[in-house]
Amino acid sequence: MMDFNSAIDLGPHANFIIAAYIGVLIVVFGLILSTMLNAKKQKNRLADLDAKGIRRRSDK
Amino acid sequence: MKKSSSATEQTLKKMNWFDKLAHPGQFLKWSKYLVLPLTIITILLFTIGLWFAFFNSPEDYQMGDTVRIMYVHVPNAWLSQFTYMAMAVSAIGTLVWRHPIADVSMKVAAPLGAAFTAIALFTGSLWGRPTWGTFWEWDGRMTATLILLFMYLGLIALWKSFDDQLRAAKLIAVLTLVGAVNIPIIKFSVDWWNTLHQSSSISPSGIAMPPSIYIPLFVMMFAFTFLFITLHIVGMRTEILRRKADALERKSLNQNEKRG
Repeated sequence: MMDFNSAIDLGPHANFIIAAYIGVLIVVFGLILSTMLNAKKQKNRLADLDAKGIRRRSDK
Repeated sequence: MKKSSSATEQTLKKMNWFDKLAHPGQFLKWSKYLVLPLTIITILLFTIGLWFAFFNSPEDYQMGDTVRIMYVHVPNAWLSQFTYMAMAVSAIGTLVWRHPIADVSMKVAAPLGAAFTAIALFTGSLWGRPTWGTFWEWDGRMTATLILLFMYLGLIALWKSFDDQLRAAKLIAVLTLVGAVNIPIIKFSVDWWNTLHQSSSISPSGIAMPPSIYIPLFVMMFAFTFLFITLHIVGMRTEILRRKADALERKSLNQNEKRG
């Protein structure tokens, strides 16, 4: 069975464990966010070009 | 119009299955069906892995709770090397087959690898302080991993410094393959030299851990690996779109100049 108390009590070095996971969280969310924003930016660029009538011959 | 599309179909028919898969236009078509399933698998793996890591795994008999840092440290250390190997395989694709998708794969992997390496170093140092009594030691594994981070950063800087991405790809592919010598050095540093870092707990002769600790570890390793695969595929799709947009902008500029 899950022992909730022992899961929350991370012992004498809790700060090290929490700092490590917060660091991971920041970097991973940063990666996901930059990947998503970049994807959106390029899609918008192509949509703008398409609206101006600039597209590849094969895409017409 | 019909003529050009049928010409594209003719070209596609002549290609073998690998070229078809790796053709940038075709890659965009089939990879879009992978993004959602990969995202769902990644989220599920992280949910299960983090639940194990915090609520359903014991303290280590020597390290106590700090063993929980292992569940993020080891997967990122593994990915720091795996991502480099993926880049090295792509570099061969660039140099031998001159395939544009290989260039794209190489370029997109570099920042991901840098992030995983930075996490491995950061979590390792936070694990080292309570376990070894020091945040950092200039031993074989740590120094070689720091060099790996600098190599990733150097490669990212090179990609950014070239306007001509095709020329950049060739140079970067050569440098990536030269730098690959660092990977076995990282892997075997703990066996070759007398280091503070422990040697591998997972080897062909067995796993030096009880299931209550290696199950969360393996789930987290899969979670981070799927995160890499998902971000790599989405990043590659974006890079292909970026190149397409760049080419269209150049084309429209040229047309305007001719008219002018």
